[in-house]
Amino acid sequence: MNLAIRDIRYHRGRFILTSIGLGLLLGVVISMGGIYRGLFADALAILDSTKADIWVVQQNTNGPFAESSRIPEDIKYRIKAVPGVAEASPLSFQTIQIERAGKPFRFFLIGYDLNGFGGPPQIVTGRSIGQKHYEMVVAKSMGMGIGDKIHLGLHDYAVVGITGKVVSSGGDPAAYVSLADAQDIQFKKDNDAIRNDRERIGANLAAIQSLTPGQAKYLKQNITGITESTHTVNTIVARLAPGADLKEVQERISRWNHFRPISIEEQTKILTKGMIEKARMQLGLFRVILLVISAVIIALIIYTSTLDKIKVIATLKLIGSQNRVIIGMILQQSLLMGVIAYFIGYGLILLTYEKFPRRIVLEAFDLQVLFIIVIGICTISSFVGIRKALKVEPAEALGG
Amino acid sequence: MGKIMYAIEVENLTKIYGKGESAVTALADACIQVKPGELVAILGPSGSGKTTLLTSIGLINEPTHGKVVIDGAVVADEGWLPGIDLKRLRREKLGFIFQAHNLIPFLTALENVMIALEINHLTRSEAKFRATELLGALNLGHRLNNYPSALSGGEAQRVAIARALANKPKVILADEPTAALDTENGKNVMILLKKLAMENHSAILVVTHDHRMVEGFDRIFHVNDGRILGEEKNGM
Repeated sequence: MNLAIRDIRYHRGRFILTSIGLGLLLGVVISMGGIYRGLFADALAILDSTKADIWVVQQNTNGPFAESSRIPEDIKYRIKAVPGVAEASPLSFQTIQIERAGKPFRFFLIGYDLNGFGGPPQIVTGRSIGQKHYEMVVAKSMGMGIGDKIHLGLHDYAVVGITGKVVSSGGDPAAYVSLADAQDIQFKKDNDAIRNDRERIGANLAAIQSLTPGQAKYLKQNITGITESTHTVNTIVARLAPGADLKEVQERISRWNHFRPISIEEQTKILTKGMIEKARMQLGLFRVILLVISAVIIALIIYTSTLDKIKVIATLKLIGSQNRVIIGMILQQSLLMGVIAYFIGYGLILLTYEKFPRRIVLEAFDLQVLFIIVIGICTISSFVGIRKALKVEPAEALGG
Repeated sequence: MGKIMYAIEVENLTKIYGKGESAVTALADACIQVKPGELVAILGPSGSGKTTLLTSIGLINEPTHGKVVIDGAVVADEGWLPGIDLKRLRREKLGFIFQAHNLIPFLTALENVMIALEINHLTRSEAKFRATELLGALNLGHRLNNYPSALSGGEAQRVAIARALANKPKVILADEPTAALDTENGKNVMILLKKLAMENHSAILVVTHDHRMVEGFDRIFHVNDGRILGEEKNGM
């Protein structure tokens, strides 16, 4: 006769409520694991969707995600010319925060060459950007529809397409515009500022007595041309031709002095070990703390449940019951509670994880490991109750 | 003439709690013999040592001195015999009836009897058959699937008696079995015990402080201050 099942059947209300409570706690543990994995997925989302082999950034920086990097756009031609490079394309990144429906709203704006790569990985609804200006493709999580407009910099941009779940390493949803638009949004000054700059440059040149009016005019044109240029990007991404040697290509680009070619492996390390390391450790610590709390709660539940059954245990001992019958009752209850709570937690997260503000990635391996840990915790926690039960004297069954 | 085979034999049983100056003698030099089929009462006030006597015979409480023999087997002689399996002996030779019925609250009446049988290695179907039979014999056939909380005090005590009888023990030990019952139910339980002692040929030792309940018992031992003061034989 299975005493554990009989006890649960009789006290089913209490058992279900306890399991639900524990299930919620395990749900938090599962979600923490999901967020932990989600941090990796988010950090690598743009890296993975770009499918580049090399990220060329400003020298001595860990750009473009971990550090600011600015390089001239036209360097793409030099990179394309490096033996072994199949294609190269400029990319621009910036985090933008705007007011939307009275609330601050952050997103990650990616500017890409419409004739290159690094654009939205897929179009779920609508179409890709078809013209050089004022169109954008946004990630689904931006919550925008086709035809919606958003004001950025000096202009309005219309949503023409929706892409899947692409986010920045910080978890902000991504939006794509043409490189020219991204550069305008990031670098183009408004008309008043441009007029001011031109006047100031003109006045400074006029103050130089040695310049003839013709030289001053020529110099002014050149200086304003440079200061008003927006042809700067954060990185040039490159794909290698089949069979090309990555190290060799990196070596060649490094020799130019002003640029750093970062391989996909190095970029992954920068993103995962550097940018999200603290968050990862924090989440890991939270998981451990929550598991310890779960263990303490399970132990307390089993212990109090054993205390409730002291008379039953004493009676069983008095009528000659073997210790394994009593141990089995406590251990099976503990394991059943753990298993049911695990599946409640898992079901809860499975039903709600899409609604979490941050990405939750549930990996089978993590879930299996957690299941084994829960079984371990339940087994160890039940020892507290078993120890108490084994100390119960049969004589305790006597008396009123 | 052969030697009389007793179900219970107790010789000079002494139980001392504590040591040195704080030592308390709960029972001193108790001697009792109970034959199979006999219904015997230990009568005495609270604290007289009657429960100590019962627990020592019930292999729960280790005697300090003296000898205990159950169904011909010596179990204690100046303490438990080395290597003795008390649990097995309790399971196979003894049946217990408690002051409160001590039924397991999360088992039905049927399961409460079955558990005693399953612990004694009967198969589930055998246990179910025997438990149903026993409960039927005690007029509880209609209460098989009721939990103890749904039974009256008398019914619950009858289920407890069925559990005590389940393994056909040689000795049934009852600790104040009528204390939680009204007078009528208490008398009914005692009548039932008398009937069972005769039918099953089991020795039944009942501890009680209520002299009204020992009517019809074969023998009554009076206990006070840890000593057996005297023996009263019924109708003899």
